[in-house]
Amino acid sequence: MHLSPDERILWQYGPLKLNVTIVTTWVLMALLSVGSHRVTRRLIIAERIPRWQCFVEILVAGIRNAIASVGLEPPDRHLPFLGTLFVFIASANLLTVLPGYEPPTASLSTTAALAVCVFVSVPLFGITERGLLAYLKSYVKPTVIMLPFHIISEFSRTLALAVRLFGNMMSGSMLLAILLSITPFIFPIFMTVLGLLTGMVQAYIFSILAAVFIAAATRTHEEWD
Amino acid sequence: MDSLTWIAATSIVTAGLTTGIGCLGPALGEGRAVASALSSLAQQPDAAPTITRTLFVGLAMIESIAIYCFVVSMILIFANPFWSHVLTQTAGK
Repeated sequence: MHLSPDERILWQYGPLKLNVTIVTTWVLMALLSVGSHRVTRRLIIAERIPRWQCFVEILVAGIRNAIASVGLEPPDRHLPFLGTLFVFIASANLLTVLPGYEPPTASLSTTAALAVCVFVSVPLFGITERGLLAYLKSYVKPTVIMLPFHIISEFSRTLALAVRLFGNMMSGSMLLAILLSITPFIFPIFMTVLGLLTGMVQAYIFSILAAVFIAAATRTHEEWD
Repeated sequence: MDSLTWIAATSIVTAGLTTGIGCLGPALGEGRAVASALSSLAQQPDAAPTITRTLFVGLAMIESIAIYCFVVSMILIFANPFWSHVLTQTAGK
């Protein structure tokens, strides 16, 4: 019983290994890029718009509202990063309906990579929005004693992001594997549905938490009072 | 008992205890969170979207504590470094 899709290696050339996680991520990236390019090739404004354009509009408008409700104004600045996080994790988790598919987010490598992206983006957005000095000063507010706690919290919430997503996805696929070997057909289907639900919730949680961290770093001190 | 048996027995017992005790706290916390969300929904039904969204975010944060315990249990059962170390030692002998 393997813990993560990292363990199945498809192709090896010297030190380079292609495991299932990497190949699945590439397929997902190709699917999302080609799909969105085809959908947005001919956008029209009319009474009746094509179905996929409607779906994409709902998605983008929904993500924008969520980002604005967290407090990041204008939302279009952060829409590419946070929207891509949500769409990638959501599609990676939703495609578990396909038989034989293992979500790349069930591997700690993928979730750690996504968490490191968020970890890097928080000071990046904070410095571009408020300037280097103002951002560094926020570490010593309200007193200098808080400096180590702020630094520790930066690392620990990144770790928490990675482990939360990994744990949820890994437990879903492992539960399914165990149940398939014990009970016949109906009960594993209910657990798969639960796994889909938690996958969507975890995608939403990941992007909302990233938005909250970025908002905490970019808002000026006066706005908090 | 030799070290092989010690490691196996301790890992199994600890894995069971980790998940068993570690899921008590988050379960209680989630119950309290949902209870207070329900009472505030009853008081202000028109704030339902905000309350529901905040409830889900809070539930995911609480759930992650249980997930940490589950990950530790899985590591103890399936990816136990002490077990593999001791196995390679006995295989070498």
